Amino acid sequence: MDTVEKIVEEFASDIAMSPFSSGTRLRDMIRAIRACKTAAEERAVVRRECAEIRAAISENEQELRHRNMAKLMFIHMLGYPTHFGQMECLKLIAATGYPEKRIGYLGLMLLLDERQEVLMLVTNSLKQDLNHSNQFIVGLALCALGNICSAEMARDLSPEVERLMRSREVNTKKKAALCSIRIVRKVPDLAENFMGLASLLLKEKHHGILISAVQLCTELCKASKDALEYLRKNCIEGLVRILRDVSNSSYAPEYDVAGISDPFLHIRVLKLMRILGQGDADCSEYMNDILAQVATKTESNKNAANAILYECVQTIMGIEATSGLCVLAINILGRFLSNRDNNIRYVALNMLMRAINVDTQAVQRHRTTILECVKDADASIRKRALELVFLLVNDTNVKPLTKELVDYLDLADPDFKEDLTAKICSIVEKFSQDKLWYLDQMFKVLSLAGNHVKDDVWHALVVVISNASELQGYSVRSLYMALQAFVDQGSLVRVAVWCIGEYGEMLVNNIGMLQLEEPITVTESDAVDAVQLTLNRYSADVTTRAMCLVALLKLSSRFPSISERIKQIVSQNKENIVLELQQRSIEFSSIIQRHQSIRPSLLERMPVLDEASYLVKRASTTQGTLAADKPAPAVTPGGLKLPNGVAKPATSPLADLLDLSSDDVPAIATASTTTAPNDFLQDLLGIGGVNSSTAGAPSSSSTDILIDLLSIGSSTSQNGPPAADFSPPQATDLLGSLSSSTSISGIKSAPAVPQDMDLLDGLPSNTSISGVDNHSSIMAFQSATLKINFDFKRHPGKPQETTIHATFTNLTSTSYTDFVFQAAVPKFIQLRLDPASGNVVPASGNGSVTQGLSVTNNQHGQKPLAIRIRMSYKVNGEDRLEQGQVSNFPPGL
Amino acid sequence: MGIRFVLFVNKQGQTRLAQYYEHLSIDERRALEGEIVRKCLARTDQQCSFVEHRNYKVVYRRYASLFFLVGVDNDENELAILEFIHLFVETMDRHFGNVCELDIMFHLEKVHFMLEEMVMNGCIVETSKQNILAPIQLMEKSS
Repeated sequence: MDTVEKIVEEFASDIAMSPFSSGTRLRDMIRAIRACKTAAEERAVVRRECAEIRAAISENEQELRHRNMAKLMFIHMLGYPTHFGQMECLKLIAATGYPEKRIGYLGLMLLLDERQEVLMLVTNSLKQDLNHSNQFIVGLALCALGNICSAEMARDLSPEVERLMRSREVNTKKKAALCSIRIVRKVPDLAENFMGLASLLLKEKHHGILISAVQLCTELCKASKDALEYLRKNCIEGLVRILRDVSNSSYAPEYDVAGISDPFLHIRVLKLMRILGQGDADCSEYMNDILAQVATKTESNKNAANAILYECVQTIMGIEATSGLCVLAINILGRFLSNRDNNIRYVALNMLMRAINVDTQAVQRHRTTILECVKDADASIRKRALELVFLLVNDTNVKPLTKELVDYLDLADPDFKEDLTAKICSIVEKFSQDKLWYLDQMFKVLSLAGNHVKDDVWHALVVVISNASELQGYSVRSLYMALQAFVDQGSLVRVAVWCIGEYGEMLVNNIGMLQLEEPITVTESDAVDAVQLTLNRYSADVTTRAMCLVALLKLSSRFPSISERIKQIVSQNKENIVLELQQRSIEFSSIIQRHQSIRPSLLERMPVLDEASYLVKRASTTQGTLAADKPAPAVTPGGLKLPNGVAKPATSPLADLLDLSSDDVPAIATASTTTAPNDFLQDLLGIGGVNSSTAGAPSSSSTDILIDLLSIGSSTSQNGPPAADFSPPQATDLLGSLSSSTSISGIKSAPAVPQDMDLLDGLPSNTSISGVDNHSSIMAFQSATLKINFDFKRHPGKPQETTIHATFTNLTSTSYTDFVFQAAVPKFIQLRLDPASGNVVPASGNGSVTQGLSVTNNQHGQKPLAIRIRMSYKVNGEDRLEQGQVSNFPPGL
Repeated sequence: MGIRFVLFVNKQGQTRLAQYYEHLSIDERRALEGEIVRKCLARTDQQCSFVEHRNYKVVYRRYASLFFLVGVDNDENELAILEFIHLFVETMDRHFGNVCELDIMFHLEKVHFMLEEMVMNGCIVETSKQNILAPIQLMEKSS
């Protein structure tokens, strides 16, 4: 279209009318910017222009103001900062001439937003202009107010706007009506002032006023219930009349679009009718006739007509329509869906979403068409269709639908795979009737799109497998075979490696064969090969490799005959540059080599995680992501539907961070203790509590669930030879060192018996301490940075009550500020924290903070005291957090 | 609220007009424009005119070298927005006479005035070309 003539003409007009003398003209600036070949050149031009404009602003050159504003708008559009021009807008608005005001208001709307304080300065000018005698200036002010006003301005200027809605000028009326939309949105309390005015405007004839008034009514309905009721009573007749007039009207050239009179007004009225008719039978009844008329009379061969039909169908679906009307709507919908125009098909899918609430059967009839749309070349259509399929799935059609989707997974665009897998997985989880089917589908999804599966999906799969003891053999064999074929699918590899580690012997010995299975021959070294290959694969990430190392460690106890080879593989990573892998490699090698006697018990299968509580936890952590999927996530604490179709009572979805034992829900003493992210792996790999505690454990209440990956709870250690419990302290405690700050390295004023260290745990066993002291004290916690002493005071006659005096000492050379100490205890203990002596712990042990705790052990004599503690503080303004567990209390507490 | 932004972009992806009806910082705007334009330019004529991006639905239409994009809420009538784009182009056509990219560039403020008459705070105010152009013509006559 850039004809030569046009350019010449423009150039000529340029020369003819260059009203400005100095500086570059707007035209020249735009030309210069157009001529730029690179972004850097453009930046240079813009910088130069901005410098000139700033100079002009500081010299307060009035003639250039108008032009500079136009330039700034252009620069702003290109995406450069233009805040320095904001004051210029105000000056232009305050000018008297219309052209200055015009550009000033435009600049105001483009360069400013309601959050800027500068905006407050304009309130006065706005007020003056709203009262101006020239309707165009009033229109400008209304427009600006409608686009950017803040709540404060809305309150200040609302009376003026109300007055202008009664004006005689058509332009003023319609703009005032739209301006009040913004006012009502900012200050919903003002809605009642506008209800009467809005319904009055509906009696006008001018389309501009009508469309503004209808939109104002829509906004009022959203803003207040009273307004909704008022408008239901007072304006439904008016609306029906408007719709009848506009659809029956003869040719009106100004509002005609392809032979249809004002489709925009049609659509706004239909939308408002939907809001008014929703849940109100009387209103809906009143609209029936006109809706039927619009639905039948509108010819659907033009886009404008289809737009009206589309809105009409949505309204019929939204209100309490008669069944005849619904049939009409469903028919239109069928017509749309079979249309070849992609735009029409897209909106048809949108309509089906609404229709599903009205007539599910009618939508189900279109299932094959919808499934075809999932495979469409157009991403927008695919996305809509997929969401629809998700809503269509029910118990009877889940299997064929899932098969279709899974089959398509192979062909789908990489971009689309993520959406598709997420939907398939949630369908499969929600509707699986039997576990075998669930596992099969999940294995397929992981094999085809393992790189697009979110972590929580495969975590959940592992939980299901670990719960389904009869299917573990089948799972590990299927996964082993899938691993051979699909080596690059991240989450498949992880699940497979985990299963091989846990159920290696089932893989090798074909244990737990299902009838449909063919026996396979896998030797022990094949299994190790598979893991080794994965470990050494270039594409594997740190998590996968770490899981491989754990799997190998586990296999070393499952397959003792080749543990030497496994040791070699594991030790290859001793010098890995990734700390995580290096540490695992060194520690695991040492377990394989030096601790053969305890290895089998140490590397037992993971305790089964309770599916129900896991699902609740998962639902609470992934609520954010699941909320986007409609309908609400399948897992709700109330009506729990498990992947295996077995309902279990919901258990409390508490985080494990401060758990003292898995049986007892901890009573957290201090307010607002944050819950940790419920990472399932942490729970899974941390040795679970009571389930694993075995005979010989003195009391199950001392069982810990350490959050640490692979840390070993005290009860498990009791599986070991009893002698180990009473062996002298170990200088280097390999596994204990894994359990981070929870290990307590020594006891101050220790009673008679020397401090024992568990072989596998830094936590001293509380059963080994004997001796009673009325005023004993212990070092409850020590890390490189912080030391905590507990002094105990007992109350004679009340053996269950103890007062603890905690002393916090800073071991570093920087003082701690905002120090907060929190403690949590199991249910059978009551804890009261007194206020601390201060919240600053001075550096280098120069003084300390103290705090009192009162503890009542309701099961005194049966269970020992145990407290989990958490210290948060700031070092040079940086947040720090330390936590640990105190279980080395003197006996008898 | 309906319309949340109106964008004109040429085939090279350069913005030729931008009007937002909600506040976005300059960086957010640049990022949004870049992403949306990339998505829309990559689509073929056979594909539908609607693209879902973040929480917007973008309705776009191409006229010669210019793309007209309108970002709307999810419950907005997409087909009506297509009509709205067409109406806007027709209005510009009536004013400039066979409108082209250069007209829009060099008369950016006039295009904004038209848009202002048509849309306010994301709602459509006026759909009659004559009414939309009246104030602009008055202003031109007086100057």
